[in-house]
Amino acid sequence: MIATLTVSERQAGLLLSIILAALGLAMAAAARQGVMSVHGFLALGLGVGLAFMLGGAIYDPEPDEDRLRSYYDAPTQFGIVMTLIWAVIAMAVGVWVAALLYWPEATPLWPETSFGRLRPVHTTGIIFGFGGNALIATSFHVLQRTSRARLADSISPWVVLLGYNLFCVWAVTGYLMGSTQSKEYAEAEWYADLWLVVVWVTYFVLYLRTLARRNEPHIYVANWYYLAFILVVAMLHIVNNLALPVRWSSAESFPIWSGVQDAMIQWWYGHNAVAFFLTAGFLGMLYYFLPIRSGRPIWSYRLSIISFWGITFFYIWVGSHHLHYTALPYWAQTLGMTFSVMLLVPSWASAGNAIATLNGAWHKVRDDATLRFMFVAAVFYGLSTFEGSFLAIRPVNSLSHYTDWTVGHVHSGTLGWVAMIVFGAIYTLVPQISGRDAMVSSRAIEWHFWLAVSGTLVYVVAMWNAGITQGLMWRAYDENGALSYSFLQSVQAMAPYYLLRTIGGGLFLAGAVICAWNCWATLRLAHGSAKDRPLLPQPAE
Amino acid sequence: MSKHSHREIDPVTGHETTGHDWNGIKELNTPLPKIVIWALILTFVYSVIAWILLPAWPIGRDYTRGLLGLDQSDIALEDYRALATKRQDWLQPFENVDFSALQADDVWQNNALPAAQRLFEDNCAVCHGMQGRGIQGFPVLSDETWLWSGTPEEIAQTIRYGINTDSADTRYAEMPSFNWMERPDRVALAEYVVLLGDGSVKPNAAAATLFSENCAACHGEAGIGGLENGAPALNDSSVIYGQDFSTVMQTLWSGRQGVMPAWTDRLTQAEINLLAFYVSRLGADEKQVAQ
Repeated sequence: MIATLTVSERQAGLLLSIILAALGLAMAAAARQGVMSVHGFLALGLGVGLAFMLGGAIYDPEPDEDRLRSYYDAPTQFGIVMTLIWAVIAMAVGVWVAALLYWPEATPLWPETSFGRLRPVHTTGIIFGFGGNALIATSFHVLQRTSRARLADSISPWVVLLGYNLFCVWAVTGYLMGSTQSKEYAEAEWYADLWLVVVWVTYFVLYLRTLARRNEPHIYVANWYYLAFILVVAMLHIVNNLALPVRWSSAESFPIWSGVQDAMIQWWYGHNAVAFFLTAGFLGMLYYFLPIRSGRPIWSYRLSIISFWGITFFYIWVGSHHLHYTALPYWAQTLGMTFSVMLLVPSWASAGNAIATLNGAWHKVRDDATLRFMFVAAVFYGLSTFEGSFLAIRPVNSLSHYTDWTVGHVHSGTLGWVAMIVFGAIYTLVPQISGRDAMVSSRAIEWHFWLAVSGTLVYVVAMWNAGITQGLMWRAYDENGALSYSFLQSVQAMAPYYLLRTIGGGLFLAGAVICAWNCWATLRLAHGSAKDRPLLPQPAE
Repeated sequence: MSKHSHREIDPVTGHETTGHDWNGIKELNTPLPKIVIWALILTFVYSVIAWILLPAWPIGRDYTRGLLGLDQSDIALEDYRALATKRQDWLQPFENVDFSALQADDVWQNNALPAAQRLFEDNCAVCHGMQGRGIQGFPVLSDETWLWSGTPEEIAQTIRYGINTDSADTRYAEMPSFNWMERPDRVALAEYVVLLGDGSVKPNAAAATLFSENCAACHGEAGIGGLENGAPALNDSSVIYGQDFSTVMQTLWSGRQGVMPAWTDRLTQAEINLLAFYVSRLGADEKQVAQ
């Protein structure tokens, strides 16, 4: 990492590390105790550690001038390693909390390990730790290749990656210590949110600067999606997290929104986190790695345009479908429902475009597990967007809402679509940045593929059954107008499905562990760097 | 043919590319399939119809009401009333119930008891267990032992106002702390109470005196209970918290003040009476099962 920086870049990095350490110290000192103080010390530790690393190597030999004629892949490699670390940790926590629903008596007696604190560790760890690192790492790779330009500078990618991971660590350790804003997917407290704004703006600026230096006349579709992801997530994050800290020195705050407005803002954020974090960004990934791996052109540029504008325009309206039959006015629910239905066609157009792109490469899908990951991702993307539009229809929602069907729907998207495309991208990227032709073990990729697919199917089918059973039991009345089942009976009915879900999650986790091992082994044997076509058009000889 | 004819044609699909190339990625200029356009139109038509029929678009401080004139609070109220009417037949009479008359009315019971069971499971089972068999720290309801009384009237009273609640009519029971007592005395007392439990109490003059001076006022002479003041009998192993030595020592040290919430504001009068009737029969049902 340091060897890729010039002396002046190392000096700038050293300065930034010292500022981070000072900020951490100030935070710890101001808070004196509790979560915020622990987090201050974490930042101090990171700042001091980085300062020592940079300071110790500050006058080491500089990288040669040639580096400016190639892409900057060190941040991508770091991002992939973080992706895999978060994957294993957060999936393991997911399997553990799934097991607790089946064996609640196994809950240890410490408050830190209670279900309520561990569940957001799973969601944040997976969405932001695993998904976010994968998005940032691949976006740097894709941005450079499709722009034929090196990242605009060498410091901001590190600010983005290290700062982002500090945010993730603050978030999940905060939950363990009982600190939360109690907003779904936005649980981290105000100072972590402010920090993320700084990181995210750096990311956005870096992206734009690099794009501005591109040596290609047109901007490729993948970059439209990555940019939509970065821009809209910034907007969502800032608006939903507007809050007044109780004191500047405490990890508590009051949101400025209240009542049904708060609920609406929260689900406008929540659903668009799904739309722009978990969909747009990963569509960017799909749009690059699928044609690269299959060697096929994107099937239809026109379909890409319809999909992109359809997805970005319709998604932003649909958050209210999370609040059907609540205090939210009926008219807002109708809008959420109808826009969800109109969203289906652009979504399916994306999935269809991806699958049609594979025409002429089906033999590769059969033989290459990496490409198969991407194919399955496109199929699950189609399935879960259909399911999403369907569940958003009000009468359907009256059955599915508050049940495990929702959990199944989310996981068909996150396991089947998001994680599959990430693994496809990782298996394409890791050999490339290692200067190798292939991963160390292709059998391990096959194993991973089948574990991931079977895990996803077991999980999703179990949750469909669970959710529909719950929904039907809750709404059943006998001929006398009394409830046919008590709530506890519906809980008892869940036992087999919760066990199956745990098994499905376990299979998926096992696959991810294999992937982490395979990547570790491949990166360890790295020789040289990525073989790319020349960054700048070469003069004819 | 076309002005783009210089562009590369993809041999697999026969479509021409857009002429762009990003790190080897190309795009085909395939026209939109008709089905996509029709599907888009279909979802738009669905939405427009929904907007016409249902409340949909905000206009200033108002919104378009929709031709169907639907209002979700009205719908919810109507549904609720329809259900309430269905329940009327068998639930209404519970409002001012004559429990003894009810004991003989099979039809009425058959209609009401399944609903009562769900009501019990949804409201009481969290503490008392699905079959009312209790859990550690919460009393068994499926036996014949009662702190106050097992008649439906008295049970209804307990459900209505709770035990040790803020309600003015709450039942009140407190086992005071005996931490002021010398430790050897507490130990002697605890050993005595443990033995009371299985009836094998040995004549021990000192402990027996301690018991009648400090405990008998509430628990009855020799711990036979039955005073209906919330203090359990100590000779029938029905103590909620347990009657082993260390638990009794703990009870003597810290005292006990268990709480049962008041349900007046959560359940209707009729539902409370229904529950009381159901709970009063749990003991008898359990016995029948045992036989």
